[in-house]
Amino acid sequence: MDTVNGEKKKKIIKTIKIDVDKCNGCRACEVICSAFHAEPKYSSNNPARSRIKVIRDPLRDIYIPVYAGEYTVAECAGRDKYIIDGKEYDECAFCRASCPSREDFKEPDSGLPLKCDMCEGEDEPLCVKWCLADALIYEEREEEVEEEETLEELEVGLESLASKYGLQELKEALARLSQQG
Amino acid sequence: MRYAETGFNLEIDLSRGNIERVATDPKDTELYLGGLGTNAKILWDRVPPEVDAFSPDNLLIFSAGLLCGTPATGCNRTIVSTMSPQTKLMAFSMMGGFWAPELKYAGYDKVILRGKSPDLVYIWIHNDQVEIRDASHLAGKGAIETAELIKQELREPKAQVAAIGLAGENRVFYASIEQGRSSASRGGIGAVMGDKKVKAIVVRGTNDINIAQPAEFIGLCNEVLEYIKYREEHPIPGVMPILAGLGSPQEMKVHDEKWHTENFMWGNSRVRRKGFWNDEIAENWKETLESARTRLISCFNCPMKCGATISMPGLPTYMMKCFTKLTYTMGAFSDLDFGLRIAQRATEYGVDGFSTPQVMAFALELYENGILTDDDFPGMPEDNEGRFYWLLDRIVRREGIGDVLADGTYWAAKAIGKGAEEYAHNTIKKHEQLPLKLSMLNPIYFLMYSTGEKINITQIEGQFPQAPFPKREQREEFVKDWIQVPDEKFKQYFLDWEPRGENSMPYYPTVPMVCDIVDWQEMMHYIDDALGQCAGLSSFPLKPPYHIHNYPKFISAGAGIDMDEDSLTQAARRYRTLVRAINIRRGMRRADEKPPADHWKKRFPELEAKLLDEYYKLKGWNKEGIPTQEALHKLGLDYVSRDFIERGILTEGEEASVPEDSEKKE
Repeated sequence: MDTVNGEKKKKIIKTIKIDVDKCNGCRACEVICSAFHAEPKYSSNNPARSRIKVIRDPLRDIYIPVYAGEYTVAECAGRDKYIIDGKEYDECAFCRASCPSREDFKEPDSGLPLKCDMCEGEDEPLCVKWCLADALIYEEREEEVEEEETLEELEVGLESLASKYGLQELKEALARLSQQG
Repeated sequence: MRYAETGFNLEIDLSRGNIERVATDPKDTELYLGGLGTNAKILWDRVPPEVDAFSPDNLLIFSAGLLCGTPATGCNRTIVSTMSPQTKLMAFSMMGGFWAPELKYAGYDKVILRGKSPDLVYIWIHNDQVEIRDASHLAGKGAIETAELIKQELREPKAQVAAIGLAGENRVFYASIEQGRSSASRGGIGAVMGDKKVKAIVVRGTNDINIAQPAEFIGLCNEVLEYIKYREEHPIPGVMPILAGLGSPQEMKVHDEKWHTENFMWGNSRVRRKGFWNDEIAENWKETLESARTRLISCFNCPMKCGATISMPGLPTYMMKCFTKLTYTMGAFSDLDFGLRIAQRATEYGVDGFSTPQVMAFALELYENGILTDDDFPGMPEDNEGRFYWLLDRIVRREGIGDVLADGTYWAAKAIGKGAEEYAHNTIKKHEQLPLKLSMLNPIYFLMYSTGEKINITQIEGQFPQAPFPKREQREEFVKDWIQVPDEKFKQYFLDWEPRGENSMPYYPTVPMVCDIVDWQEMMHYIDDALGQCAGLSSFPLKPPYHIHNYPKFISAGAGIDMDEDSLTQAARRYRTLVRAINIRRGMRRADEKPPADHWKKRFPELEAKLLDEYYKLKGWNKEGIPTQEALHKLGLDYVSRDFIERGILTEGEEASVPEDSEKKE
């Protein structure tokens, strides 16, 4: 990290803007997402592995594409309902978490959580490219963020060892290790 | 490893309650591709001609197409095949929607039902777990209602449901299988499902579909998407709007119905209403559609929005697509509000939107003409719209006159007698057709109507413009980027086709040209039906993204079957011939191959005979329309010739045999 504590830093925020009014419910986004993330790439596809899901309930005209965010160990204690334009939505319909309350955003066989990576290496996320209905719009914006100095991985590890055994113990251990070569 | 397909079928014996997962032979995929192709092979092998539609030995096959579940855009069709109670021939109705890909993800290419369940059941397929479950609580429920109830009871909102309504349960000969926004409606396949006492098949799958050559395949998919975008921005000039773009006719989107309402027939396919469309009606219908239509919607993995969610005030929501928008309206001489209202009930009952309004209009025509009387319609309301609801309710319950009408116009007329047959005037092979009555014979359409074995014009037409363009410059413009033609000669056929004069219909296109044009158009539909590709992005619209030049690449890269244009053409010919062989074995002959007598005013019997002769020849069929021993041999279908010879349908040396009752037909 080349920034100093407290300095402002420009950061690219990648966003998929979701226009639910335009979604035609076809799930092409799920198809291409799961194909792109297959190993090897495009060698298989399976919407159940997709990192984007269309929450759909056609008779109630509910179509919400949601893409996978962080894994969370616990589900929400209470769950709200939203009524928008006369349609009732479960709050999970807007939630991006891979969470114990639902099967979405988990590998179907292992149950490991899935997270959207914006199709790294592509010009834009492929769900956006394949959505000819324009329900998914890719946007990049610059934001100035206050960046705290981030510790390198090694330092994080050492710090936790130091807090567990004390700094002196740790120093002595390192010295012994270096003598042994 | 199998690519694109799963390599497994589900065989379900409903009589014994037995379920088996059966590996399929990859050789069959090479020969018959999948979907319709392999369905035809199974029906040929396992359903002999003596087996009636409602015999436990009849099979009802739900098949995904070969490429369903892969990323190929628009490849989502379920091909349902069985023997039809109405035509007595092979029915292969199809539906889009989401069911076929879900079946693939569950790990199966087909569900093959045989036998009959003693009680009403539904089938629940969830990956490796397959159950036959009690459906007695769903008896009499609407098809859409059933799907919702099952998803709730299984707590599986993502399951896909194909269900029948009351019409299927009561074996109405034009009962459909409904699947939310899609339905497989033609040929009475819903009646066969009802006869087998299967209320629904419910699928949920979370497995992978593999691709043989991933990079090539996704490249082809991206090309298709790019071409769709291009075609959306470049509608074809000089043709009516519904023919200018891709997809099924965009009936849910368009408001201008001048063309349909003034060119298609009203009532029992009788009355043409020139000058019907005016500003007031246009305004009124536009308001009806806009207030009813919540959203334009698509099938699985397809950007086209051919369907819509429809909510009529006071009625449950349903989904609709294509021309059902107008069939009830026009059958009843009513307006769009009525059409969209009765279609809601008809969708829940699960009936075909083409046949049903015509059957009802036919009944009322018989009533007006004294062939049916008040005694046949006890308690029928006085108002026209009321009568249609009344008739619909009775047909799906097979109550009173409804029981007779539930067999369709052809069989109902026979049962009613007293000259009723004159009124059942719009069928081909005993099945109701689009209500079109025209003036001058169109030789291309003559052949398509006569020989199409899906018995629905929209399922054979498409690649060649329906009519000549007035000016040569327009035609030259059209052929410039016509990459879809299998051969450059088609461009010349079209360039020289004039609305009037020497090079006009019925003698131009010439007989050999007509045969080529029909053969090409039909082949594209048959390929779609094996791959599971929707005709709306392929065989139906002009200049589609899928065609004979990129299809072999899709099959090679997707399924790993080495395929070029010749071998694909040969495969399509093979299973197309097999479909014909099934029907020939069930008694279909040349005498059955004709459009309704009044379809055109100006007919040309000699030309028509020549068209059939030459087309049969091109197809490798003899004068009776029976595939010859030589043609069958070339297609690797010697097993068909052997069967034909054993049954006396062909003799060594290929003499045609005409069944005794064939001459007497109509």
